Amino acid sequence: MRLKKKHAPYVFISPFFILFFIFGAFPILFSLYLSFFRWDGMSAMRFVGIENYQFVLTDPWFWQSIFNTLSIAIMTTIPQHVFAIGFAFILHRGMVKFKEFFRTAYFLPYITAPVAVAMIFTTLFGSPFGILNATLNGLLSLPLIGNLLELLNISSPIRWLSDPNFIRPSVAALLTWRFTGWNIIIYYAGLQKISNGIYEAASIDGASTRQTFFKITLPLLRPIMFFAMLMSIIGNMQIFDEPIILLGAMGGTNRAGLTTAMYLYQTAFGWTEFGTGSAIAYVLCVFIVIASIIFNKYFRREI
Amino acid sequence: MKKKNYAGQSSGKFMKLFKKILLYTVLLFGVLATLFPFFYMIVLATRGRSEIFSYPPPLWFGDSLAENYNSLMASLPFYKNILNSLIVSTSATVLTLFFCALGGYGFAKYEFKGKNKLFFLMLSTMMIPMLLGVIPWYIMMTEFGWLNSFKPLIIPGAANAFGIFLMTQFMEDIPDELMEAARIDGAGEFEMFYKIVLPLSLPGLGTLAILTFLGSWNNYMQALLVLESEAKYTIPVALSMLRGKVDQNWGAQMVGTAMGIAPIIGVFMLASKQFIAGITEGSIKG
Repeated sequence: MRLKKKHAPYVFISPFFILFFIFGAFPILFSLYLSFFRWDGMSAMRFVGIENYQFVLTDPWFWQSIFNTLSIAIMTTIPQHVFAIGFAFILHRGMVKFKEFFRTAYFLPYITAPVAVAMIFTTLFGSPFGILNATLNGLLSLPLIGNLLELLNISSPIRWLSDPNFIRPSVAALLTWRFTGWNIIIYYAGLQKISNGIYEAASIDGASTRQTFFKITLPLLRPIMFFAMLMSIIGNMQIFDEPIILLGAMGGTNRAGLTTAMYLYQTAFGWTEFGTGSAIAYVLCVFIVIASIIFNKYFRREI
Repeated sequence: MKKKNYAGQSSGKFMKLFKKILLYTVLLFGVLATLFPFFYMIVLATRGRSEIFSYPPPLWFGDSLAENYNSLMASLPFYKNILNSLIVSTSATVLTLFFCALGGYGFAKYEFKGKNKLFFLMLSTMMIPMLLGVIPWYIMMTEFGWLNSFKPLIIPGAANAFGIFLMTQFMEDIPDELMEAARIDGAGEFEMFYKIVLPLSLPGLGTLAILTFLGSWNNYMQALLVLESEAKYTIPVALSMLRGKVDQNWGAQMVGTAMGIAPIIGVFMLASKQFIAGITEGSIKG
């Protein structure tokens, strides 16, 4: 049997559409359907109208999970990109050697499995004996820095993963560690596309490094920044692996680290409330869309 | 920095040196912060429980590696888990390369009715969050009898939009004349794919292979959902289950963690340039 040229492309692209229909489109539509039912996967499905949505939208745990997710996302997205742009700028403009070494080292966390990273960070965050707390003890015993920390009301040991005030910053710190290097690489690639002529013209005009950075680098990086930050936001809104390993299924003390993805998982697969879980999935999706739209508008205007 | 003297003579030799030291300090501090957790993982992997939970915590290697290794082996079939990850990631990569290359070939090298619309439709599926369909996806796996098998981790993602998009980008650069010539010589459409287009797309295939293998190796949520028995666990699931088995034995957990990330880090060290180039290319094009 010989494939005709006319039919060939359809045959070649069909695997995607077939697989997407079965494993992508169908589950998404079925999820919407499910969100109007109560179902535990075994007994008969019971139509409940918009009850699941009513439940989710008035459920304090759901709103807490949205708050947790958003605050983790903000606490990690900002430092990630500030560090990444700074480091990429230094690597690109500063006449430093061993660039390849630095880039390789910075990239290592990104390729490491999130579960593995969370296992390692559990030990770093150990309390009272973890290495971070030991470091903190060392700092507290230093004359000036110690006094400063005491002024800030920081005392050792910090219960990084069980004090509700520290749970979200700890998760955010892990994510920052994991994704900064990835963003450095993205920004570095973006910087390489800026022509050297612009920098030369600026230095002939007597621009300082700071001026070069704020007047040339940042504005020209804008498209890459938009793309990279949007990726961070969308990714961080679905964060699951790291917090569930660090904190357990319910997000630790007072559910302070329960993200919406974890709550969805727990509702659907822990409590077998497939309908409510599906409603959470759709509401979360709406939140992601809203966050993207707000970011889009804000970003276009501000920078 | 070189260009700076050009403009401001004020920045003398001393300032230049000072700036250089400052730059390296910042860069090295970044390296230290990045690598320390890996180093500490190895430290704890060689330490016994009483040493880990004491003050001050250990900062250098100890001699409990064998002991930790043994308790890891006693709690999980860990080599089997590594083998499972290898099987899943390799099969997923091979299948993905084949179907995405084929799809990319279809989009890049043919003109057909509805091409732009279908391409756009495919691209827009990349924006859909995976969580949206995860519940029915799981139910389907149950219905198919695919639970506790590797199929759910290999088959559904085999022809994905991102991969096809990436391959389309690479294949558009292959000159059409090559194919016209082959067609005149009587080559079939599929024959041209594997005789001409595939060999010329090796760099693109390499990029996609790296991305697919990495994503598959690190995949947690879906593996957690479908894999039920220890003998079927992949590395991320095995690691997360280790927590429940040797709760307070961080040494054993770190031995497992190190073994679980070693294959990926090993490949990365061997080919970090291609790795980074591939991933940036992938994401910037994507």
